[in-house]
Amino acid sequence: MMHLISMYGVDFLTGFGWTLLSSVIALVGSLILGTLFAIIEVIPRPVPHYIARLYIEVLRNIPLLVITMFFYIVVSGIFKINGFVSGTIGLTLYTSAFIAETVKAGIYAVPTGQYEGGRANGLSWWETMRMIVLPQAFKYVIPPLGNQFVNLVKNSSVLAFVAGFDLMYQANQISQTTFDTFNPYIIVGILYLVITLPISYYMRYLEDKLAREG
Amino acid sequence: MKKILKMVGLGTVVLGMSMVWPGTGQADEKQNQVLNKIETRHEMVWGTKADTRLMGLMNIKTGKVEGFDVDVAKEVTKLIDPKAKPVFNEVTSGTRIPLLRNGNIDAIIATMSITPERAKAVDFSKPYLMAGQSLLVKKGSSIKNIDDVNHQNVTILGVQGSTSVEVAKQKAPNAKVLALSDYATALSALKAGQGDVLTTDASILAGMAAEDKHLQLVGGVFTEEPYGIAIAQDNPALVKKINRALAKMRGDGTYDRLVKKWFGQVPGMDWKELTKS
Repeated sequence: MMHLISMYGVDFLTGFGWTLLSSVIALVGSLILGTLFAIIEVIPRPVPHYIARLYIEVLRNIPLLVITMFFYIVVSGIFKINGFVSGTIGLTLYTSAFIAETVKAGIYAVPTGQYEGGRANGLSWWETMRMIVLPQAFKYVIPPLGNQFVNLVKNSSVLAFVAGFDLMYQANQISQTTFDTFNPYIIVGILYLVITLPISYYMRYLEDKLAREG
Repeated sequence: MKKILKMVGLGTVVLGMSMVWPGTGQADEKQNQVLNKIETRHEMVWGTKADTRLMGLMNIKTGKVEGFDVDVAKEVTKLIDPKAKPVFNEVTSGTRIPLLRNGNIDAIIATMSITPERAKAVDFSKPYLMAGQSLLVKKGSSIKNIDDVNHQNVTILGVQGSTSVEVAKQKAPNAKVLALSDYATALSALKAGQGDVLTTDASILAGMAAEDKHLQLVGGVFTEEPYGIAIAQDNPALVKKINRALAKMRGDGTYDRLVKKWFGQVPGMDWKELTKS
């Protein structure tokens, strides 16, 4: 294993860098998109509600690999995008559907009295949402959001299929050059943990902190 | 009931562990166990490609794999043990060596070039096809040969685990190399413009060019990478039997007939070139 690290250390680090970059972009992107579609879904009008439902149901129920391949093979014919970009877009859209569902559940978990109170005090629908409902909703959804983020990092291995240079891609390359089918994946597994464990712990810390604050 | 569940659980664990440790512990086990297995079960499990036209391609109508590799495997099986039935499992360039070392397949006949690095992990038969690397481009591409590829703005496409990717890196160090998971994906990537040129063995590229009129081979064959049949190490008797079978096929005309059957019609390809040994 030491031999692998000394020979292919640069490749592992390159993979780590691309995985981290893709995960960070997809995390920010999917959080914004997911929250946006959760809000659109709870707008009390049928048209925005169904548009959001369509978005969520389509992206949530197609395999991530299919979405990614669609961008890599089909969309790249129109816009020039490489494997890394296709994979990251796929990851963002796919995760955003799950985040939208999670955030929506959080919004519904806020007692209706809160919403009614806001409206009764003369706030508009959007003001009530932004100042009263959403801040409380996010407290409820921190634990499931943490799960989504950990899943997102792991799902970024989809980049390997479209030559996105991520950790999984490097592990495949190294194991196929060295015929060592065991150790490269162990190393890569540890590197994934380096990203996912801090997320898990930070989410747990946030959860505790918010619970204390009530 | 509880006991059965326990046994199933234990079985799963043992199976799981045996899959986790590929290839280890093979050296101290008995020699020639693969040949013994073939002769007792009357079944020879081959790893072939299922995505490579002319060599090994899944026929969707029949569900069977067809191609030159498959035909050679059938003949060799017959000559090793007349009673044995050839069985075909799909492999890719990336999965074939682990599957062989794991014992999932008895032999690989899957467009696999004989290389010194691979020879450290598996044993090879004598060459059964004189393959070599070439280039596939979209018609109208400015790339005419391997020298045109060596530029910073050129992206080469290849397949993970194939020698051609390494050769491409050496011959065109300035170009960018992307390794995709299989030939179907690599071909789609070429058509989608994700890369400028797809490189691998001419025999594989010929199948792609035969399929799509917008693609063509350029630059001729610029390496000599004969294909061999791979067998797990410590099976000298099986290697010997396979070599004898190949020699017999070359002697009685079966071999030439098979090469002509698959490569006789490919434009711009001289099938006799492939039969050199």
